[in-house]
Amino acid sequence: MAARDDGNGTLRVGVFVCQCGLNIAGTVDCAAVAEFAETLDDVAIVYNNKYTCSEPGQLEIRKAIAEHALNRVVVASCSPRMHEPTFRAAVEEAGLNPYLLEMANLREHCSWVHMGEPDAATEKAKDLVKMAVARARALQAQKEMVVPITQQALVVGGGIAGIQASLDLADAGYQVYLVEKEPSIGGIMAQIDKTYPTMDCSI
Amino acid sequence: MAYSEIENVTGYVGSFTVTVRKKARYVDVGECTACGDCEDVCPVTSPDEFEIGLSTRKAIYQPFPQAVPSAYVLNIDECLGNNPIACGKCLEACDKECINYDDEDELIDFEVGTIIVCVGMDVYDPTALDEFGYTRYENVITSMEFERLINSGGPTEGHLVKLTDGTQPKTVAFIQCVGSRDESRGNPYCSNFCCMNTVKDCLLIKDHYPDIDIKVFYIDIRAFGKGFEDLFQRSKDAGTVYIRGIPGEIEEDPDTGGLRLYVENTTDGGVERHDVDMVVLSIGAIPRRDSDVIQRLLTLQRSQDGFFLEAHPKLKPVDAATQGVFFAGCAESPKDIKDSVTQASAAVARANRLMMQGKVSVEAITSTVIPELCKSCGLCVKVCPYHAISCDTKAKAPAVVVEAACSGCGACSAECPFGAIVMKHFTDGQIEAQIDALLEHDAHDKVLAFACNWCSYSGGDLAGTNRFQYPANVRLIRTMCSGRVDKKFVLRAFAMGAPIVLVSGCHFTDCHYINAVRWTQRRVEKLWDELEKKGIRPERLQLEWISAAEGQRFATVMRAVEDLRRKVTAKEIEHTRKVLADVLAPVEV
Ligand SMILES: Cc1cc2nc3c(=O)[nH]c(=O)nc-3n(C[C@H](O)[C@H](O)[C@H](O)COP(=O)(O)OP(=O)(O)OC[C@H]3O[C@@H](n4cnc5c(N)ncnc54)[C@H](O)[C@@H]3O)c2cc1C
Ligand code: SF4
Ligand code: SF4
Ligand code: SF4
Repeated sequence: MAARDDGNGTLRVGVFVCQCGLNIAGTVDCAAVAEFAETLDDVAIVYNNKYTCSEPGQLEIRKAIAEHALNRVVVASCSPRMHEPTFRAAVEEAGLNPYLLEMANLREHCSWVHMGEPDAATEKAKDLVKMAVARARALQAQKEMVVPITQQALVVGGGIAGIQASLDLADAGYQVYLVEKEPSIGGIMAQIDKTYPTMDCSI
Repeated sequence: MAYSEIENVTGYVGSFTVTVRKKARYVDVGECTACGDCEDVCPVTSPDEFEIGLSTRKAIYQPFPQAVPSAYVLNIDECLGNNPIACGKCLEACDKECINYDDEDELIDFEVGTIIVCVGMDVYDPTALDEFGYTRYENVITSMEFERLINSGGPTEGHLVKLTDGTQPKTVAFIQCVGSRDESRGNPYCSNFCCMNTVKDCLLIKDHYPDIDIKVFYIDIRAFGKGFEDLFQRSKDAGTVYIRGIPGEIEEDPDTGGLRLYVENTTDGGVERHDVDMVVLSIGAIPRRDSDVIQRLLTLQRSQDGFFLEAHPKLKPVDAATQGVFFAGCAESPKDIKDSVTQASAAVARANRLMMQGKVSVEAITSTVIPELCKSCGLCVKVCPYHAISCDTKAKAPAVVVEAACSGCGACSAECPFGAIVMKHFTDGQIEAQIDALLEHDAHDKVLAFACNWCSYSGGDLAGTNRFQYPANVRLIRTMCSGRVDKKFVLRAFAMGAPIVLVSGCHFTDCHYINAVRWTQRRVEKLWDELEKKGIRPERLQLEWISAAEGQRFATVMRAVEDLRRKVTAKEIEHTRKVLADVLAPVEV
């Protein structure tokens, strides 16, 4: 892995506009968005990809960081709740601090919810990218705190799910606390006679 | 730990501190051999919960013969022995001397790295569906009661009998989807296991009593799993008659206890009458009635159906949004045993993945105080839901954040009147840069909405996956918690010509940061007063709670806010710009 770049040099933002097949490109004019992104302050390079999250898409990000000395990355694709970990890992692999990544949500918050309005959706996509670039320019490297993890687990509820979970955890070598509200474990299954699909006893 | 409940949970992934209340059992579990001598002498009888009231038990009892732990338990509310003059019989009868009327609840603390939530489900109560006469007719029973009647360990030793006269029924009807798949009554979702459970029950009856006629009334039979279609066929081959249509009404013959069903057969549209001896209502699953307790303790979220909400429906089906917490079984959605077991093993794999590393990195979204700017007012201490900040106001020492305890809501940063708290990765400068970029041109056409990561932003994602359409001029700014939204962000937006600003966060019970959302509300309420005083219509600042499960509501709120935006005049915006001109200080990063 390359030495970690904390992004303190002159700002160089790379923007990756994703088409997500036709998920985004079916409504948003991605080429127009990419062209617009080129006009924004400190943007060094803009890509317009079919699938940014795919392996070639991620490779392109890593290559671009090296080739264009990028120190901020904006991926304009889906929800950060979906792929932020993916892209953070990609920029980190290229030696950039993962907190120097920002995403613009062109899919869940744009193309999928303004389907009949390609022009308005494209305008919105440009705004979202512009906001993301503005935020990216202000981003700073962060160091994650590493905390020790207690090698014990709590299972709440002793029905079949809780029993299975407790057994698996114990087999894996962890101390397990199984907390059951009722005087006995078993849950609903204990009340059932035979069970499908095997038609054998429940207890 | 049986007969125990979670009392409190603090901490975060890697080190949750758990307090469990071990309820007084009044019987020493270690000593009790489950001989049953106590039960024999106990004079009190109560309905047996395990047998769903189909038989009785004593005040001191074993829930069922195979119970784990294999020990008795005493229900102190029913027991007379509290007062030894009144009873005390079991105490005498027990050779092992393991009964103690003075037993007390015990609180136990321990630490864990991960938590798996397997609280399961409750079953639907068909009392509300009066047309089936569950409360009026004895021979109308639920599928749960049927399980006890057909069970050799049950109250009738496995003999299927009518509850009216104890004789064997000649015809049995099953009614499917009771409490399921109905928007207006019961629940809209399919409960997943009840079709196959009925198929199983039909086979059980036919095994024991080939002569009993069985009719199953259904909407459609969902036999989707491995080997299911095969069982369904077998039950048909064994003579079960499947009739497509749910009876509209059941009548009882008061003399014979016989039941008459009226049903529209939706295969041919004809109205039919069926006379049977017994009706089994195939009841569905409902979320645990006490789900809110665990929800609050672990800051979990629930989907619209009331079951616990997973972090992602496809890619993280057993993870909770709270790191280090996982789901398995019916707690997450109604499912059968196989799926519950599968999910339990998956949840363990996910937990193991964290625990086996011995350490875990937590997102670097925490707050820090700039000592030079802090005036030691102590306001931030009050708003922090995690008590992560300390400040000696008397000694005038600057506030200090314990980073390990901070969960990153940002409420403190929004509250500090002196800008002394920096919220990492969600700094004032970063958020203001977004506001400025958005409102630089054509501000009057746009709706600026602040949305919290866990609820309203996710609700927006769900609107997306469901393709719920809403006006295209809405733009979101994501913060981790709505409690991060500083008054100055709102004023800045108005100063830049925003016609309308929406602040949206979690419903109070869903707040991912215990209760930080309370401060969102207070802040917005204060801001409404302030706007009013400045001659700015308070309606231009909207506050809405949208959960991660409310995609439809997200779209509706956005439409409503856009309607409000249209009513804001250019003159108003101009006036606001002038009034607030002084808030536009240069952006500091
Ligand atoms: C009538 C009927 C027949 C069925 N027949 C079949 C069948 O034949 N085959 C099949 O595969 N499936 C069948 N099922 C489904 C099966 O019962 C479920 O899949 C299974 O019980 C789910 O297990 P669970 O552990 O998720 O939940 P549960 O069985 O509900 O267990 C949950 C446990 O958690 C405990 N608990 C709850 N809250 C707390 C708390 N706050 N603290 C501590 N403990 C708590 C409860 O007391 C309970 O012991 C049937 C269901 C019904 C209703
Ligand atoms: S599993 Fe069958 S009976 Fe149960 S709700 Fe679904 S369709 Fe109705
Ligand atoms: S960010 Fe939230 S959790 Fe952290 S110190 Fe501030 S108020 Fe407390
Ligand atoms: S609110 Fe701000 S000024 Fe007051 S104690 Fe906290 S950090 Fe210091």
